[in-house]
Amino acid sequence: MAGPWPLLRSFLRNCVAGTLVLVTVNDRYASVVPVRGTSMNPTLESQQGDRALVSRLCLDARYGLSRGDVVVFRSPTEHRSLVVKRLIALPGDWIQVPAAQEIRQIPVGHCWVEGDNPDVSWDSRSYGPIPLGLMQGRVTHIVWPPNRIGPVERKMPEGRVMQR
Amino acid sequence: MSGFARRLGGIPWREIAGEAFSRVFLVAQAVCAFHVVNAHVCSFALVMGPSMLPAMNLAGDVVAVDLVSARLGRVASGDAVLLVSPEDPRKAVVKRVVGMEGDAVTFLVDPGNSDASKTVVVPKGHVWVQGDNIYASRDSRQFGPVPYGLITGKIFCRVISFPLYYGSFICH
Repeated sequence: MAGPWPLLRSFLRNCVAGTLVLVTVNDRYASVVPVRGTSMNPTLESQQGDRALVSRLCLDARYGLSRGDVVVFRSPTEHRSLVVKRLIALPGDWIQVPAAQEIRQIPVGHCWVEGDNPDVSWDSRSYGPIPLGLMQGRVTHIVWPPNRIGPVERKMPEGRVMQR
Repeated sequence: MSGFARRLGGIPWREIAGEAFSRVFLVAQAVCAFHVVNAHVCSFALVMGPSMLPAMNLAGDVVAVDLVSARLGRVASGDAVLLVSPEDPRKAVVKRVVGMEGDAVTFLVDPGNSDASKTVVVPKGHVWVQGDNIYASRDSRQFGPVPYGLITGKIFCRVISFPLYYGSFICH
């Protein structure tokens, strides 16, 4: 009697509810992002179509990021794009900059990020330390393609960072 | 005993479980909807402190923050914005955007004590933020230009303003 409307309405309602839940989970807990560019080879490889699982729980209350984590952040020069790099130094640390032959201290509230593939990576070595407020999450696993599924390890370059 | 078991069996467990599940899902939906609006459309913030006098008062204003235009890149010079402090990621501060990328900004280095001024060009993807009350504000004059990505939203209206006597009470 009512035609297809009740069916369509319930379908639309479910769609909206699903979207809301999905966006919330994406924002607060975890999301999956495709990797582009070669700056994180060989940890993350865009040629193989890697998809990375980004955990956002580390951003709650106290910043639970440590040196060596692979992190996702908003680019300091282009706010629309997200960048994935390795977190090398935290506020107060002293870091040796390879190109400049100098040792500098990370200012308060900032951190130092570098790609795993130093030849092609555009990172803190060019734009300096970035504010921690730009952080969007931590890469914990590779979830796609199937032959590359696995956790992403924490790794640090040897002898370049003096921890506070 | 068998009567008790029969009575237990007679309770419509399936219906109760279905009802409970749908109620819980409804509450979860409401929470999610609140989060989505609060994080992507519009939110409220309590602003305190002397740095934005006289636009916002000392004792605290509740302001409405428009999150959409910041996301779309529509923030321009002259807007009051809510941004994540570059010195402490847990803190949000309110400042006014004075220069966008490529602008040359001239500011007094030490207002009140000297007339020395300095001019800087804001680098790509950054903004220059300053408090309205230049004598009591910690802003780009100290920590330099901030990345646009730190801007959370544009402040578009004041919702509640706490009375002034309350402010003077805090002050002394």
